[in-house]
Amino acid sequence: MSAASTLNSDGLARDERLERLKLFGLASPAILLVMVILVIPVGWLFYVSFLGADGSFSLENYERMIERKSYARIFYTTFEVSILTTILCILIGYPLAYFMSQLPNKWANICLITVLLPFWTSLLVRTYAWLVLLQKSGLVNEWGMSLGLWEEPLRLVHNMSGTLIGMVHIMLPFLILPVYSAMRQIDRDYLKAAANLGASPRRAFWTVFFPLSTPGLFAGALMVFVLCLGFFVTPAVLGGGKVIMVSMKIVSNIELFVNWGAASALGVVLLTLTVGILWIASRFLNLDTVSKGGH
Amino acid sequence: MSDTGQGALPIAVRNVTKTYGDVFALNDVSLDVKSGEFLTLLGPSGSGKTTLLMVLAGFTRPDSGSLKFGEDEMIRTAPHLRDVGMVFQNYALFPHMSVAANVGYPLKLRKTPKDEMDRRVEAALETVQLGGYGERGITQLSGGQKQRVALARSIVFAPRILLMDEPLSALDKKLRDRMQIELRHLHEKLGMTTVYVTHDQREALTMSDRIAVVNHGRIMQLATPQELYEQPANRFVADFIGDSTFLDVTRSGSALGAAGTNLKTTRHVPDGEGLSLMMRPERLHLITGKPAKDENVFEARVTELVYQGESYLLYAHLKDGTEVAVRGAMRAGTFDALPKQGDTVQLGLGVDDTVLLAGEEA
Repeated sequence: MSAASTLNSDGLARDERLERLKLFGLASPAILLVMVILVIPVGWLFYVSFLGADGSFSLENYERMIERKSYARIFYTTFEVSILTTILCILIGYPLAYFMSQLPNKWANICLITVLLPFWTSLLVRTYAWLVLLQKSGLVNEWGMSLGLWEEPLRLVHNMSGTLIGMVHIMLPFLILPVYSAMRQIDRDYLKAAANLGASPRRAFWTVFFPLSTPGLFAGALMVFVLCLGFFVTPAVLGGGKVIMVSMKIVSNIELFVNWGAASALGVVLLTLTVGILWIASRFLNLDTVSKGGH
Repeated sequence: MSDTGQGALPIAVRNVTKTYGDVFALNDVSLDVKSGEFLTLLGPSGSGKTTLLMVLAGFTRPDSGSLKFGEDEMIRTAPHLRDVGMVFQNYALFPHMSVAANVGYPLKLRKTPKDEMDRRVEAALETVQLGGYGERGITQLSGGQKQRVALARSIVFAPRILLMDEPLSALDKKLRDRMQIELRHLHEKLGMTTVYVTHDQREALTMSDRIAVVNHGRIMQLATPQELYEQPANRFVADFIGDSTFLDVTRSGSALGAAGTNLKTTRHVPDGEGLSLMMRPERLHLITGKPAKDENVFEARVTELVYQGESYLLYAHLKDGTEVAVRGAMRAGTFDALPKQGDTVQLGLGVDDTVLLAGEEA
């Protein structure tokens, strides 16, 4: 064996192993935490969802979901609210993010802080604030009528529109942040180049700026959509019992009927659907990244 | 390329001024670029050369002035209606499009039929020696290839004016040298009026028909490369182009002197105060034996001698303490025969190379 090829090789290999071990050691508290608060409970959720009322293995929780129309209705509502909220967030958030991305740094940062400001107050407070604003004798109706915009008080709350107003308000920052950050990374020279090559501002926007901002838009829309699927507080308060989403059914299953099996089965289905959507979306997003050459 | 047979357009810039606060980015600039000419705007960073190019492209709105392409006033025309090609410093290739889609972009906007578009895209790519690269992604390209794609994209729609903003600054030296020659050839072939911005004087000298030296938002001199180097209009130009040392010149009557030497020159002697003598390292030489009649001789003491392969660089102090550099070509044995540090030498400057400059213009 030649000395040159093995010089210090044992020691260097040991250093390498040691480094990996240290890295694993540093990550272990987090890994443990994920195990304890995520993997084990979700596993338990699966387990419970397959237990019948008498405590033996059974598919009755899932069968009930298929048999009863009300469950389909609840899933439909959940997706309806989530999709509408996502679309409204895109329609409101994208132009705002675009506006912010075109501002000088100082002003953009001020805008960013105002976008983030709602995060500093509790979700519950913001939801109840909407209740106060939107109710029959609330500020919105009072002003609307005193300005002569409408005659009768509008039903703005305890229904779908109230739910959507509240949801959009709460979800908006989750859309704006990734979109804004994607837009900030778009080199302005791209738009100059497009203009130079003959593209009107509108053409330049749709052929260059918009496609380059889509990774941020996908990320933001996905985040809003997935958060909406499991949302509870806002639809419960502003929906007034008329907008029933999966999360609310889970709560009533437990609080009213103490039926852990049924609640778990709902959770499992929602989780499966969410993971499925994420999986499809991630393939979609990955394709996008590949076409940009790992940009 | 047959598609670019539309000829070129002259550019006329008149009294263009652009201020940022109190600072003049462009101070009453007027400039004529002849049809088909390769003109370089050369200047240090912040001189206003890029601002001027951006005014030509339409990305910077000046405070006042006129800009004509041929007969047409362009100063208020939006960038996308100007029909000029431009190569950006960072290429600005669209990362979400293939090479072919990038190059075809301006044709698509002009509603070119698909088969003609494909043909012209491929022809443009072949012009920049990237035939067959159409399907590649932008991020798969090397720096030099990106540069070529950007060039292809800017010429594919046969603009009659081409603008280039330091297009070679991101390339390594060897590639840059090769691209300079290639761009020059391409310009000869396509014949479009070209305005090129650079801060690299050698690049400017290599490529240009004429060079406009820009500083403080003004054009300091507009001349051919040779005129610029041999007869700079003022100290700024002389200092910016080439490595020069300047000696203060004393004048008594018609007699001129610098560093204790009486100066003879065949060149023009400017009037006024603050005259200086320009000394370029390659124009100075070491005198061995008797000085010739047609040269000015300076006594100096060698302070340092540097070996640079193809040439040597000798630093010496003149009598008045000014440090000058002398560059000379080398053959085998030259270096060992050169004077050493501390030696006293005589430096010669031919009377034809004795260039006198008026003080720096404000």
